[in-house]
Amino acid sequence: MSERLLVNPIDCKAHGACAELLPEMITLDEWGYPIVDPRPLPPGLERHARTAVNACPTLALRLHRTEAP
Amino acid sequence: MTAATAGAFHDGSSRAAATNDLPRLLPPVQDGKRPPDLAAHHARHGDLPYRDRIGTPASPGALISDVEKSGLTGRGGAAFPVHRKLAAVLKAADRRRRTPAVIANGAESEPASDKDATLLWLAPHLVLDGLQLAAEALGADTAILVTHADREHDVAGRVRQALQERLNTRLDRVPVQLAFAPGRFLSGQETALVNHLGGGPSIPTFMPPRITERGLNANPTLVQNVETLAHLALIARHGPRWFREAGTPAEPGSMLATIHRGDGQPKITEVPLGLPLRDLLGDPQQTPAPESAVLLGGYHGMWLPAARAATLTLDNSSLEPAGARVGAGIVISLPPDRCGLVETARVIRYLALESAGQCGPCLNGLPRIAAAFVELATGRPRPHTVEDLQRWSGAVIGRGACHHPDGTARLVRSALITFAAEADRHARGRCSATSTAPFLPIPAAAAQTEADWI
Repeated sequence: MSERLLVNPIDCKAHGACAELLPEMITLDEWGYPIVDPRPLPPGLERHARTAVNACPTLALRLHRTEAP
Repeated sequence: MTAATAGAFHDGSSRAAATNDLPRLLPPVQDGKRPPDLAAHHARHGDLPYRDRIGTPASPGALISDVEKSGLTGRGGAAFPVHRKLAAVLKAADRRRRTPAVIANGAESEPASDKDATLLWLAPHLVLDGLQLAAEALGADTAILVTHADREHDVAGRVRQALQERLNTRLDRVPVQLAFAPGRFLSGQETALVNHLGGGPSIPTFMPPRITERGLNANPTLVQNVETLAHLALIARHGPRWFREAGTPAEPGSMLATIHRGDGQPKITEVPLGLPLRDLLGDPQQTPAPESAVLLGGYHGMWLPAARAATLTLDNSSLEPAGARVGAGIVISLPPDRCGLVETARVIRYLALESAGQCGPCLNGLPRIAAAFVELATGRPRPHTVEDLQRWSGAVIGRGACHHPDGTARLVRSALITFAAEADRHARGRCSATSTAPFLPIPAAAAQTEADWI
C-alpha cells in the first residue's frame, strides 16, 4: 500500500498553497497551476502531504491510496 | 487484402472484398437510397441472439467470455478491451447492489469523422442489437442511444424509425431512449456524455470514480461506441473465431474508417485492422510526393510524412512506434496544393475554442498554443515561437480532467516535425501552398455561451 498525490484539475484554482507546503513533490507551472510528482509519496513526507491536502482552499488536492508499490 | 466499401455517403467505387467477408457492418452497396429495414436486417444477420434459456435468465459470463476471446476493443478511439469494461460494470453492480445503465455512444464529435453517423444511418438495427445484448449481459434496466441532432442526414429520424419497428415486433427487452448531445468537440467524451444525460452540461468530469463504477444516476455505467456495439452483436451471432478471421492476431476484427482524399465528401469504408495504409492513401502504385503529409487519428491525432505512413499498417502495433494510433479510423491525405501549417493552425484554434475551460493548463495553454501556431502559419514567427510551442505542448500533457490537452499537444508536436521544412519556408516569407481554400472540416460555430454546452 502506498499513497500518491492527485490533483483534481477542474477544482484547482491555482492558489499555490500546495507547492508552498510541499515543494518536494509539487512545483508550479508558468500559470501557477501545480505539477504533481506522480510517484508514490516517499516515507517521511506523509505529514507534510496531509498538511498540503488540508490547506488547499478548493479541496482539489487528494491523497490517493494505491495498491501498487 | 483490399478495402471493401459500402454505403450511401461515399463515391461507391467499391473494390470487392477478396480475402474475407467484409463489409460486415455496413450493408453491401445498393442502388436504392433506402437503408434496409428490420426484415432485411434479420434476413442478412439472423435473429437477435439473446442469451437466456427458457425459464432461466442469461448468465452474463457467456457473452463476456465470447467478447474476451474475440479480442474486441472499443472503436471510439481508445481501443480499450470491451470485455474489461463489461466485467468492471458487472463487478461494480454486484458490489454496490446497483442496476447498471448502458449507453450507445453515437455522439461523434470529431469533425473529420462520419463513420458513426453512417453506421446509424445504414445499419441502426445492428447497433440496437448490440445495445440489447450488452444490457442483457449486465442486467441493465436503462439503455440510451446518444447521437447529434444537427447531422446533415437525419440520423435521429432513422434511429427513431428503427426503434418503432422494434417496438412493433416487441424485440427490445430493455426500452431504448434516444438522446442528443450538443455539437461540441468534447460532448462524445464518456464523462461529458454521462454528465449531460444526468442533466448537467456536456463537459468532462474528474475521475476517479470511473463511470463503470459510478456513472449515470450514480449507477455503474457502460458507455460503448455505436460501432463497438454493432461488432458485439455480430460476435454474439457468429462467435469469436469468426470475428478473428479479419484483422491481426493482436488486433482482430474490422473497423470503419473515414478517408479524406482531396476535397469533397469523405469516404466511409470498412477495413480489416492491419490493412496497409498505402491502400488508403491514394494510388498504391504511386510514390507519394516528397513533402506530402497524412493526418492519422483525426484532430487529436498525428501528422506523418506520407512516405512514412505508406510503410505502416492500420493497427496500433504498427502505428505506436511512429507515435500515432488507429483512433477512430480517420485517415486524411493533405492535398499537395494546401499548406499543412495553415490547416493545422485552423484546427488548433478550433480545439482551443472547444476546450471546456475547466482545467488551468488547458485554459491557459491552448489559446497560447493556438496564437503561437498562427504566427508560424502566417509567416511571422518570433525567434522563440517554436520553443514556446514545444514548452507549452509539454506543459499541458496529462494535466487535464480529460485528454483534450494531450490530444491537442500531440497534433501540435507532430505538425512541428512533419512541416518543419514548410516552417523554414514561411520564415523566409514563402509558402508552398497554391490554394487558400480551407481543407480540414471545421464546424461553423464555436461555443459562445454556457448554453452551447447543454
